[in-house]
Amino acid sequence: MSKIEKQRYERPVIKKLETGMPNKFGLRTEYAPKTHIEDNSVKDLVKEYGSPLFVISEKTIRETLKTAKRAFSTRYPKVQFAWSYKTNYINAICNVFHQEGSWAEVVSGFEYDKAIANNVPGNKIIFNGPDKNDNDLRKAINNDSLIHIDHLEELYSIIFIADELQKRPKVAIRINMDTGIYPMWDRFGFNYENGQAWDAINKIMTSKKLDLVGLHCHIGTFMLSANAYAVAAFNLADLVINIQKKYNYNVKYIDLGGGFASKNTLKGSFLPGADTSPSFDDYAEAISTALLNSNLDPENLPTLILETGRALIDDAGYLLGSVIANKRLSSGKRATILDIGVNIMFTSFWYEHKITPAQEFTHYTEDTVLYGPLCMNIDVIRENINLPLLNKGDNVVVHTVGAYNMTQWMQFITLRPKIVMIDPEGKVHVIRDNETNDSIVSLEKTPEHLKKFEL
Amino acid sequence: MKIKNNIALSNSGFIFNPSTGESFSVNPIGVEILNLLKENKSKDEVKAVILERYQSDDDTFERDFYDFVNILVHYHLAETDEEKGN
Amino acid sequence: MKKKVINIAVTGLNATDNPGPGIPVIRGLREAKDFDVRIIGFAYESMEPGIYMHDLVDKTYQIPFPSAGQESLLARLEYIQEIEKIDVLIPNFDAELFAFMKLEKKLLKMGIHTFLPTVDQFEDRQKINLMEFGKKYDIKVPYARTIFSLSEIFGLTADFTYPVVVKGKYYDAYIAYNPEQVQTYFNKISSKWGVPIIIQQFVYGSEYNVIALGDGKGNTIGAVPMRKQFITDKGKAWAGITIDEKNLLEMTDRIISGSKWRGGMELELMKTQNNEFYLLEINPRIPAWVYLAVGAGQNMPEALVKLALGEEVKPFETYDVGKLFIRYSYDMIIELEEFEKISTLGEL
Repeated sequence: MSKIEKQRYERPVIKKLETGMPNKFGLRTEYAPKTHIEDNSVKDLVKEYGSPLFVISEKTIRETLKTAKRAFSTRYPKVQFAWSYKTNYINAICNVFHQEGSWAEVVSGFEYDKAIANNVPGNKIIFNGPDKNDNDLRKAINNDSLIHIDHLEELYSIIFIADELQKRPKVAIRINMDTGIYPMWDRFGFNYENGQAWDAINKIMTSKKLDLVGLHCHIGTFMLSANAYAVAAFNLADLVINIQKKYNYNVKYIDLGGGFASKNTLKGSFLPGADTSPSFDDYAEAISTALLNSNLDPENLPTLILETGRALIDDAGYLLGSVIANKRLSSGKRATILDIGVNIMFTSFWYEHKITPAQEFTHYTEDTVLYGPLCMNIDVIRENINLPLLNKGDNVVVHTVGAYNMTQWMQFITLRPKIVMIDPEGKVHVIRDNETNDSIVSLEKTPEHLKKFEL
Repeated sequence: MKIKNNIALSNSGFIFNPSTGESFSVNPIGVEILNLLKENKSKDEVKAVILERYQSDDDTFERDFYDFVNILVHYHLAETDEEKGN
Repeated sequence: MKKKVINIAVTGLNATDNPGPGIPVIRGLREAKDFDVRIIGFAYESMEPGIYMHDLVDKTYQIPFPSAGQESLLARLEYIQEIEKIDVLIPNFDAELFAFMKLEKKLLKMGIHTFLPTVDQFEDRQKINLMEFGKKYDIKVPYARTIFSLSEIFGLTADFTYPVVVKGKYYDAYIAYNPEQVQTYFNKISSKWGVPIIIQQFVYGSEYNVIALGDGKGNTIGAVPMRKQFITDKGKAWAGITIDEKNLLEMTDRIISGSKWRGGMELELMKTQNNEFYLLEINPRIPAWVYLAVGAGQNMPEALVKLALGEEVKPFETYDVGKLFIRYSYDMIIELEEFEKISTLGEL
């Protein structure tokens, strides 16, 4: 007698049929499971490297950067990308960008040293941010790095250190402005509309001790309107022209910062980000049109520098996790606890990530709240998501997590997991090991009189 | 625990509760369980049938079963023994 | 000679007290002179009345909500197209238009023709861009501002006098008489449609609408203005009458020729005591009162299908002035099996 093959088990589920006009909640978005990431099975990855696990696709990074470069360089003759370290500063990832020709863009002494240690030439490091101490500035000046000045105090420090070192620092100033977007970022740099920026430019030019190599503007984050960049580009071009007129001096570059949106969906938006975020072509078209239509001297066009981070790396990152338990809340609502928490997926505070089961499922779904593993009420990955039925031990794949999660994650309650990278041949490399108790405790020092106790 | 007599259950997984006017949809395994419960099968009898046919285990099934039954009671599709008055 | 049969998919089957245009569009199509139709309804949920109107809709499929994303929508359409061989699709919801516009080329490859505005045309007339739109076409538009958070509400008094109209990006509009009411409506709308919220100066007057069809080359194929005669508490016209108002027709021509509008549109206007028209909104699709235009001699759904199929369409030259429409509600009797089918199979 042949043994009958048993069917895949799915837990029984009942759903009340309720009616209402279309709204944005409780929707079926997944038609297929994500069982593999570039030929590596999710189950095998989790078995070998643990759960949760960050997975980075090297191929996606390289392809995304190529797309971005093509979008800009086909429209504007001089384009340079600089990798935004704060978006993801795992060395292996930085080096993929550097191999593809990206410079480094850093915002702290820590990141600066990381770029130097990665062997980025000093003159290809852009040093941004409001906090650069005198030591940082000395290093940057000695290395001919590009210092983007945030405030007047910094400008005076640089002039002072330049005297001390007998060097000519290469500087740019960061400029903020109203580009018609909300909220306007006016906390960084010098304001355009009220003349602060022009004032700072004059101070630099007349000091005769610094080389003003560039003008920098970073209008905001996750910009869903490409047009705001056109306004910024046009205003920076205007300043370049005025500097040319007054000092007969050509500024070498215009740096439009970053802020391009990725394919993630912002909380509160009706349509998914994958459908609405502008493409690199959209941004490139707006920016290059503004620059080329300005009165910039066509013979002396400044280089266009882009520090976009999120849009280049978000798609390349996945977070694999496992179901710890299913629960029923007092309201009757389904809750699923994952081993992925806000401690490692910081971006769940502002995105509704695409989350896909890693195994086959039927079309039956449930409205679920997704909790992380932390014993903290704030540990909610998603307030409401319509997911196929998950069992304990099932795996899920969170998409588009390459940006910020691996730099903003925190060691809280539990330890941080491994990050692996899949190379273009499909081979898996650990690029950051998981933390152990020792990696945390080794930094602690317990005073002698607190070493012993009896209970 | 008992499924209310007048509950109409179709093979497509559509449930209509004639006393409240509410309708529900159930997945195939839920339909099977409901049909067994309507035949007054006990939990252990239901379990035996389901585990015979599906890849699952005692613990998983019991947990899901109780959860399912609780929701049936929550939606007033089933009555608990107290409600029945025995 | 027997007329050819065109398979047409139509959304907006929610013939409720806040009706979608689907059913009146279908009535227009069924009265088309030059072709017969098989109607495939697309529904978002199981209580849309059109699903059960079998004399008008031959078959209905449920499709995923726009917020589920284009990928899901496309997967569903591919499944449906295998069975139905749809020739033309007429979407009727603002919120779904973006997805269908983006999918236009893919749909055409599958054999599904559409006749929709371009993304630029769609964006230009968005409520948040309406003031600029007004400037561009020399049309009066009430002052408006977009806000993103509750904290901006109390600053509004500087620019507005109450009452104001609080509007969602796609749907919903409420009149608010004080900041507290703005706050209530802000929460109500944003929880459903997200931010931004549009605050528009309320204009007193009587409401007029224009339905129009542009051929995408700058020509107005049809245009019929209407005065709302009876308005429900949801602000929807329950009765209306066609009027002879050259200013409105001229304004419509200006917009269509200037923007090279492609597809159906509706202008919502307010006429003040001083006889001035203020443009309140432009809807990028056929409105629910389209059957009045059909009744007045301009079968716009028929013309739109021909345009979608690439046929030459001559502009309508006249329409009957003084034709009324009066809506009524009607109770259908539905067997439970029908509701069961659409609820469990997603098809009926």
